[in-house]
Amino acid sequence: MTGKIKTVGICGAGGTMGAGIAIVAARAGFETVCYDTAADALSRARAQTDEFFGKSVERGKMSADDRDAAMARLSNTTDLGGLAGCDLVIEAVFEELTIKQKLFRALNGICAEHAIFASNTSTLSITEIASGCGREDKVVGIHFCLPAQLMKLIEMSPGINTADSIFDAAWAWTEAVGQIPVKTQDKPGFILNALLVPFNNDCIRAVEAGVASPADIDSAIKAGLGYRMGPFELIDLIGLDTQIRLSEAFYPITFDTRAAAPPLLRRMVAAGRLGRKSGSGFFDYAGNGMYGG
Amino acid sequence: MSYEIRQNGDSRSFPTGDAIFDAAIGGADIVLFLGTPPATVLPEADRTAILVELDTECLGAHTGESAGEEGSSVLGFARYRNGDDPPSDLIELVRQPNSDKDAIAAAKSLFESVGFTVCVCSDQAGRIIDRLVRPKYNDALRFLDEGLATAKDMDLTCCMGLGYPDGPIERVERGGMARHYQITHALFETYGAQGFAPARRAVVANARAGAPEKK
Repeated sequence: MTGKIKTVGICGAGGTMGAGIAIVAARAGFETVCYDTAADALSRARAQTDEFFGKSVERGKMSADDRDAAMARLSNTTDLGGLAGCDLVIEAVFEELTIKQKLFRALNGICAEHAIFASNTSTLSITEIASGCGREDKVVGIHFCLPAQLMKLIEMSPGINTADSIFDAAWAWTEAVGQIPVKTQDKPGFILNALLVPFNNDCIRAVEAGVASPADIDSAIKAGLGYRMGPFELIDLIGLDTQIRLSEAFYPITFDTRAAAPPLLRRMVAAGRLGRKSGSGFFDYAGNGMYGG
Repeated sequence: MSYEIRQNGDSRSFPTGDAIFDAAIGGADIVLFLGTPPATVLPEADRTAILVELDTECLGAHTGESAGEEGSSVLGFARYRNGDDPPSDLIELVRQPNSDKDAIAAAKSLFESVGFTVCVCSDQAGRIIDRLVRPKYNDALRFLDEGLATAKDMDLTCCMGLGYPDGPIERVERGGMARHYQITHALFETYGAQGFAPARRAVVANARAGAPEKK
């Protein structure tokens, strides 16, 4: 089955994750069709991809010929019909169930019968995303980590109706593009986010409870556990608004109170402190000042 | 900064032979109680700080508490250690609401002068690290029971996806499942929150640790 995958489609390829997945596919020799509703986002992503490959050449990670070939394998389209010839379509669109369901239903009428649909969701159920699409047996979870073009790990999940042969083919494709897949059940957050989302919320609640400042907690975690990044540095990086979105995806499904967004997190987002992207979160990136303490 | 050591039994923070013992002198500014501290620890007039090594208990267990007004030159500390792994370079320094600022500064200065990272925290069960990571280890152990993924894949995911030096299962196994039980049991007793309740595998390990060997 893997041998049949020649052309890969990426939905949401104008976004950071989608563009990264497109790089992974094109770099490994697959014809890659990048789809997004926004043409300017696709153009921007292509320019960034060109720049990324350029750096790879400068650093001796790929030859100039390989860069040119990889770029030639990438094509852009704003027409969903442009994905008709794809053997594997990976969606990296907005993390909302109905949007993903609608996309797969539309693709079912466009793509060939053998085509596999994969979702890059980090939190939603693969079975629910597949539900009603018309090829529930050919839908799998392929969750890349950010930045996809650099991170090797992939969480792979079969839905309840996913055929073993389809899962195996998708697994083999991830290995063919040089990634390292791990298998997880189709449960909220799979492994990474199931461990990380409640942990991050616990850290925020520890600040609320006056246990220690964000700086002291980060320092303790790094010195005591050898983590490269403290939890508050990480939350600032992923975005406080994203942490709320993840919490809101988790809590209604798991009813784990640790997954519920802490009040401090909501107050900080209301105050415009979204993390690095807004210039301040738990830490202030303009003046190196610190929140809390 | 000079310090005196008063020891009663084994210290988890500074095992026998640790370099901290080399420079200890009698009658110094700072007193370190290592091992099992006295039931009650009081400030001493001629000492800048009295530092009490803590296990899973709060500092207030040794100083008493008074409607949120407690605090003196008596502080708590623990050098973070994952079970029987070698101790880390992290010192969690425990303060109370009205702890003496000079005592905190002196304690930080002492530990930093011998190469430790010092993080100040309030007197709450689990301090910083155990309060935050033990629920995560419980989650990972539960996921293992539920078949979410293999232990190897969970550990690999945390190492590759989050840059951790080791995975949660590997770490909690290495540190000792019975020790995990002791810590989470103490946390659960204090907070009553489900996340702290000892995981099934920890309950089993604790039962086996206390059970007589079968002949």
